[in-house]
Amino acid sequence: MPDQQQSPDLRQRVDELLASHDPATTEPSEFLGARFDAGLAWVHFPEGKGGLGLSRGRQEEVDALLEEAGAPGPDLGRNSIGLGMAAPTMVAFGTEEMQQRYLRPLFTCTDIWCQLFSEPGAGSDLAAVATRAVPDGDEWVVDGQKVWTSGAHNADFAILVARTDTSVPKHAGLTYFIVDMTDPGIEIRPLRQITGEAEFNEVFLSGVRIHDRNRVGAVGEGWKVATTTLNNERVAIGAGNDREAGQIGLVAERWRRDPSVRTAGNHTELMQWWVETEVTRLAGERLRQGLEAGQPGPESSAMKLAFAHQAQQVTGFALELAPEEGLTYHDWTMVRPEGGSFLGHGPGFRYLRAKGNSIEGGTSEIMRNIVAERVLGLPPEHRPDKGIPFKDVPR
Amino acid sequence: MTDLLYTDVEESLRSSVRSTLQRSLDEGLAARLYDEPGTDVSAVWQALAGQIGLAGLLVPESLGGVGAGPREAAVVLEELGRTVAPTPFLTSAVIATTALLAAGDETHLPALAAGERTAALVLPWTARRGAWSPVQGSAEPVAGALTADLFVVPTTGEGGVTSLRAYEPGDVELEAITSLDMTRPLARVTVRGEGSEIASGQAAEAAVDAALAAGAALLPSEQLGLAQWCLETTVEYAKTRVQFARPIGSFQAIKHRLADLYLLLVNTQAAARYAAGTLADDDPDQHVAQALAQAFCGDAAVRAAEEALQLHGGIGMTWEHPVHTRLKRAKSDQLALGTPERHRADLAGLVDLPAH
Ligand SMILES: Cc1cc2nc3c(=O)[nH]c(=O)nc-3n(C[C@H](O)[C@H](O)[C@H](O)COP(=O)(O)OP(=O)(O)OC[C@H]3O[C@@H](n4cnc5c(N)ncnc54)[C@H](O)[C@@H]3O)c2cc1C
Repeated sequence: MPDQQQSPDLRQRVDELLASHDPATTEPSEFLGARFDAGLAWVHFPEGKGGLGLSRGRQEEVDALLEEAGAPGPDLGRNSIGLGMAAPTMVAFGTEEMQQRYLRPLFTCTDIWCQLFSEPGAGSDLAAVATRAVPDGDEWVVDGQKVWTSGAHNADFAILVARTDTSVPKHAGLTYFIVDMTDPGIEIRPLRQITGEAEFNEVFLSGVRIHDRNRVGAVGEGWKVATTTLNNERVAIGAGNDREAGQIGLVAERWRRDPSVRTAGNHTELMQWWVETEVTRLAGERLRQGLEAGQPGPESSAMKLAFAHQAQQVTGFALELAPEEGLTYHDWTMVRPEGGSFLGHGPGFRYLRAKGNSIEGGTSEIMRNIVAERVLGLPPEHRPDKGIPFKDVPR
Repeated sequence: MTDLLYTDVEESLRSSVRSTLQRSLDEGLAARLYDEPGTDVSAVWQALAGQIGLAGLLVPESLGGVGAGPREAAVVLEELGRTVAPTPFLTSAVIATTALLAAGDETHLPALAAGERTAALVLPWTARRGAWSPVQGSAEPVAGALTADLFVVPTTGEGGVTSLRAYEPGDVELEAITSLDMTRPLARVTVRGEGSEIASGQAAEAAVDAALAAGAALLPSEQLGLAQWCLETTVEYAKTRVQFARPIGSFQAIKHRLADLYLLLVNTQAAARYAAGTLADDDPDQHVAQALAQAFCGDAAVRAAEEALQLHGGIGMTWEHPVHTRLKRAKSDQLALGTPERHRADLAGLVDLPAH
């Protein structure tokens, strides 16, 4: 890692980008392309891949300068999986060819990504996936069923974990792939959510052919690759940059605007959540600053845990704050949204949607297990399937 | 001390309500109401009112009712809460009926008791005893109004005195409000004309307070039933859902969570029974009991529904699984008839623990 003194001046780079591409007149995807080319997409990525090989913590400087200049950012709502998960995984494990092909359009959000991990029988126990990938020449033939796939209906590409060997213990028999979602054999069915929207889907794969070029990492190393994806997902989900950026900001805004919600009891609660949210934001900031290398570790699980807890408590509180409004809902019509939204619609939607925060990307129970076992080093739970070939595990 | 247990009579009432609901209510109805709010659900209420006489449960036999009391109503609400059944029992047979009974009405009650009509007390669904104001033209969000045939409205009469008046459907404009809980949909109610007076002055105010007190005393039983459904359903799921080659219920973390929830529900049951019992006995501690139960049971039911959702994992987030209908009811019930925060403040006054 180059140290901060020697690294190129980020401000100068941002100024150059803004000078050559006026954010006010440049098409957003074109602007984002130029930003990628300038190494300002993810400063901790290598040069030529949207980055400058700096520490992860320095991205914040870039983001702040660009935001100040009114520059468009990538669409996190629509492409959170691509930006937050597929990209870092590809940088860590992908081939040069893959990185050249996928990273730039992913950053400009010309390509939207989804994540084909979970299955009806494999949620928390992701290593139990049963979707099979069988080699056939220089291709793989994939059959299986995925579930809860957010945004599959908008996606161009997917990251996929599939089983390539059932004769070894479950973690050893997985392989990681990139799938073109328009390929024949892929069927996407909407799965409606508690909010009324069909944000996620069921995805059926039958005889889907994936070229071996689109394998990420070695055959049988899918678990290691997926772990990288998941650690990044947890950082992405747990991230919040500004004070009052998340759910607490909406409640604070309501409090300032509307004296009718102010009671002594509510005030105590408001301040409690304000303090917790702010402290967690600082802890997240500390974690980011400490991440010199590109890859977050199990500590990121703690952030996701805290984020989910606060989002749920604060959105629940928001309904109690203004009970007449809390009893209402904006609209139950079933739609397939363009992107996931935690902050959109009314307070009722936010309350219900936040319930997913402690499930998606690994449940809060699993986050606690990770903290307990991998951060604190406590002995693992008894796992009856340990060391047994996947095909012999009773299911 | 009021009796906190259930009598045999109550248990047999429970089983008839439960079996009638099993026959007349299909599991998918609650979720369907979100897409088709106009779905005719009257058959459920007709079955309950016709076969068990629930419409007139609190009405004396002299007015055509069953002459039972709050304890029995509480048991009925436990069953209705389990199933989040879309019925006007709480809004009509408990709250509006109590207002009419307290006001000494003899005109409207017989039709209500017979299950021929249902009534709604027209006040925001967040109103509570001692904390409501007479309706000036319109009120929202009002529960139970969309399907009501009689509207009991506290208004301001001549000389600024409170007047409790009855309005017929023709004098009332209803506007449906998209509700968090579509199994108990809300509406904006606008009244026109004079209606007819049921009571005036202090009698009118006392009747409304009595109705809200009955609501506060009995809503906790609905919350109890709902919470128990959540616990039972989740315990069953935890026994069968396998991850990491084990039923998830074999993880000690999950066991302890469910054990804690059970303890919470034991307390919820005690609070709900105490509120129902003290109301039935006209016990001097009844207002404390109501604030206590409202402060406790609303949060408990929300917690039970939230735990149920979480422990079901991704399935809990889907429309296919009924837990979402329970969460929406639980969260709405927590806001209904005064939030826990408001009831804690009321309680502080009642037990002489002032904030300052
Ligand atoms: C809104 C949303 C979006 C999603 N988007 C995607 C997506 O885009 N792509 C994708 O692949 N998946 C997605 N998921 C799926 C998500 O990753 C899984 O739902 C999650 O990992 C939990 O798995 P499960 O639903 O099978 O629950 P289960 O694993 O069956 O868990 C049930 C309960 O048991 C608990 N539990 C399980 N194991 C343990 C243990 N060892 N110790 C203690 N408790 C345990 C869980 O925490 C949970 O409370 C999404 C889910 C949601 C809710």
